[in-house]
Amino acid sequence: MSISVSNISKSYKNVTALQDISFEVKKGELFGLIGPDGAGKTTLFRILTTLLFADKGSAIVANYDVVKDYKSIRNSVGYMPGKFSLYQDLTIEENLNFFATIFGTTIEENYDLIKDIYIQIAPFKDRKAGKLSGGMKQKLALCCALIHKPEVLFLDEPTTGVDPVSRKEFWDMLKRLQKKDITILVSTPYMDEAELCDRIALIQDGKILEIDTPESIVKHYPKPIYNVSANNMYQLINSLNAYEFNHSVYPFGEFVHYTDSRTDFNPEDLKAYLKTKKLSNIAIEITKATIEDTFMELAK
Amino acid sequence: MNNKVIQVEGLTKMFGDFAAVNAITFEVEKGEIFGFLGANGAGKTTAMKMLIGISIPTAGKANVAGFDVFTQAEEIKKNIGYMSQKFALYDDLTVKENIAFFGGIYGLPRKRIKEKSKALIEELGLEKVANKLVAALPLGWKQKLSFSVSIIHDPKIVFLDEPTGGVDPITRRQFWELIYKASHNGTTVFVTTHYMDEAEYCDRVSIMVDGKIEALDTPKKLKEQFNAANMNDVFLKLARG
Amino acid sequence: MKRFIGFIKKEFYHIFRDKRSLFILFGMPIAQILLFGFAITNEINNVDIAILDHSKDATTKEIIAKIAASEYFSIKQIIEKESDIESIFKKGKVKAVLNFEKDFSKNLIKENKASIQIITDATDPNTANTISNFVNAILQKYQKQLNKKITIVYQIIPESRMIYNTELKSVYMFVPGVMTIILMLVSAMMTSISITREKELGTMEILLVSPLKPIQVIIGKVFPYIFLSIINAIVIVLLSIFIFKMPVQGSLFLLGLESVLFIISALALGILISTVSETQQTAMMISLMGLMLPVILLSGFIFPISSMPFPLQVISNIIPAKWFIIIIKAIMLKGVGLQFVWKETLILLGMTVFFIALSVKKYKIRLE
Repeated sequence: MSISVSNISKSYKNVTALQDISFEVKKGELFGLIGPDGAGKTTLFRILTTLLFADKGSAIVANYDVVKDYKSIRNSVGYMPGKFSLYQDLTIEENLNFFATIFGTTIEENYDLIKDIYIQIAPFKDRKAGKLSGGMKQKLALCCALIHKPEVLFLDEPTTGVDPVSRKEFWDMLKRLQKKDITILVSTPYMDEAELCDRIALIQDGKILEIDTPESIVKHYPKPIYNVSANNMYQLINSLNAYEFNHSVYPFGEFVHYTDSRTDFNPEDLKAYLKTKKLSNIAIEITKATIEDTFMELAK
Repeated sequence: MNNKVIQVEGLTKMFGDFAAVNAITFEVEKGEIFGFLGANGAGKTTAMKMLIGISIPTAGKANVAGFDVFTQAEEIKKNIGYMSQKFALYDDLTVKENIAFFGGIYGLPRKRIKEKSKALIEELGLEKVANKLVAALPLGWKQKLSFSVSIIHDPKIVFLDEPTGGVDPITRRQFWELIYKASHNGTTVFVTTHYMDEAEYCDRVSIMVDGKIEALDTPKKLKEQFNAANMNDVFLKLARG
Repeated sequence: MKRFIGFIKKEFYHIFRDKRSLFILFGMPIAQILLFGFAITNEINNVDIAILDHSKDATTKEIIAKIAASEYFSIKQIIEKESDIESIFKKGKVKAVLNFEKDFSKNLIKENKASIQIITDATDPNTANTISNFVNAILQKYQKQLNKKITIVYQIIPESRMIYNTELKSVYMFVPGVMTIILMLVSAMMTSISITREKELGTMEILLVSPLKPIQVIIGKVFPYIFLSIINAIVIVLLSIFIFKMPVQGSLFLLGLESVLFIISALALGILISTVSETQQTAMMISLMGLMLPVILLSGFIFPISSMPFPLQVISNIIPAKWFIIIIKAIMLKGVGLQFVWKETLILLGMTVFFIALSVKKYKIRLE
């Protein structure tokens, strides 16, 4: 096991940030911590990177205890905090050199590890980090976190505030790193990124809702789920919310995801009902549940 | 009666030799939810600043809520609402004080503010926290309150700058229900964002790449046109050429 | 060691790329010294005065000539009657009028005393006071000359003499104070800001999750400022020697050592401040309010400690700057060696050790 967390709890003054969290991450696994802001993701990352003490519970990272062996952990993990945390007044190259030196290594020594990423920003290596675009900053931050060839990589919301193209590229990079046997723990508030991980933990209000592979999590969704659409979205939502048999009603892009509380649900009944509400162009189709549906169902 | 609340033609903003916004043209109808998408640096923010009357265009024409952006910027500001991701509410004021304050700066009479405040607190289910500091509210509640405050003066158009980043999925949907309601009541909603799943909720979306609008249609048609499963793929295909 | 050098290199990049901190570092010392040296001064120089001489005899002429010859006064006008005095002041042409009584010479010889009235414009009380002191001094000197010719037995002549700063140049008093302020500012404020900046940026998190030891981070942070503060101290001393012609009586080497000691104590204070503040702004406020004001007000730099109320005198003892000012005044103006300031040096050393120990202890290796 690369990371093993058992029964971790943590509270600040009057807020419970984490409540009895336990999970394990295997070596070389890409593990996602999926949850909204304030779910406790950053607190958990800080405990695992030895920056905070947990109130209760214990955790092992790269075979070291996060409290007793904090010095060894600091030598063997890479950490990319949520906020862009590099020196804005230093150039790309100076930042990278700095982090290489403080970890007692050089860019050349581990160049093969960062090569794929670094060549994308290398043309700008004399530009100050503060002047880079969001995507480039993120790549630089990843290079800096990787420069000492860590065993475990902690990425706290690396894709927040980054455009879709850079996000895509970032996840591609993570996949390639994984092949080099680096364990990656990544957190994100974006449900659509969940399916890119090997396994995920859904987390909300300091509690883990479920841990599994993205495919199994979706399969566990308890009810058939329907895409409903009509000519007026607002009225459609109101009508569905007023429908006595509804189990859940969530707008989902151009559709509404609807589940029914009955086991013998017939879409035609619903269609008839919606017609009485003066809606037209009604379409009801069965669809597949997404991670987001599961999350909402569990968090309900 | 003209149903177009935003009409933009050849709108351009130059910074030196660099065209941050390069001759964009589009129209938005009354009550429409219009998604204004683009990567960081594509020119979204610059374009929006021109539309809300705080930046003067270099060339082109733009009419917002019936007023010209060149000559009637002050009128525009009175007729629109604005909610940014960065700044929304005062953390050190209570829910009621925030509502009263924003009602006040939009020039609502006191009696109207009182009515609005009561209705709003009820609608959002904030009765128990009405006299609590906003700082104590969960993020999702703040965002819903912030949106409601931005339309407290019943503006013709409300501009939302990346409104729902990081909130939990359920709150996010409640937020969108508020947007649908506003749109149903005739308020046009103009959303800028670089999160493509947010785009799926819009009636129509435009995608900006390097200062130009490269695509503009309903999410459904765009997905068909680009043969993509979702808006994220549409965007990726567009941005990669 | 390599890690440490890499860290220091990075610190220098920060300093040299931030125009604002560069300005504070090098612009401030020069500006302050020049400001204090030229603008804020107790000296008088070529003050315009008027003379009303009712006697016009040999003695008054001699006195007037002596006054005119001094660099302190220039005689702007000779007036003829008492009623002119008021009008000449109202016009603001002169700062003082010397009024010699009638039969000055005769009275002096006959009755052994004659009187001069010194009328000064007290809208500026400091200057007025200084002017009358200077006139008195000239008169006394003249009197002594006269008395030499006559021998009077058992005459007690009080004589006050200024020593160490015989020319009464106020810049000599200000240089030690300004040097103290600048070293304090550069060392404490700049270090506390540079550490809190890392906290604000979030880079502190990464530094903590790295093999760098806390002591390496601290020393890496303060080292550049020790270096820069020493340069500053040298610049200040050079300025005072070459622009204000201020002699440094004592050993430059000792002065340097004492300065380094003070710099280190200020740096330790800076680290201490950074451990309690989360943002650069708080660090700046604490440095200004908590360090600068006491240094200016309670160190004896501007207000003499002996004339403070007792509780403030007690408080002044815990301000390192007080001891440093005593030390450098002694070295620069009196030219004394360590044997005369070892007590103060020991106190300063004790404080420094205490601050360093406290800041290392308080420095957090985690986020809470």
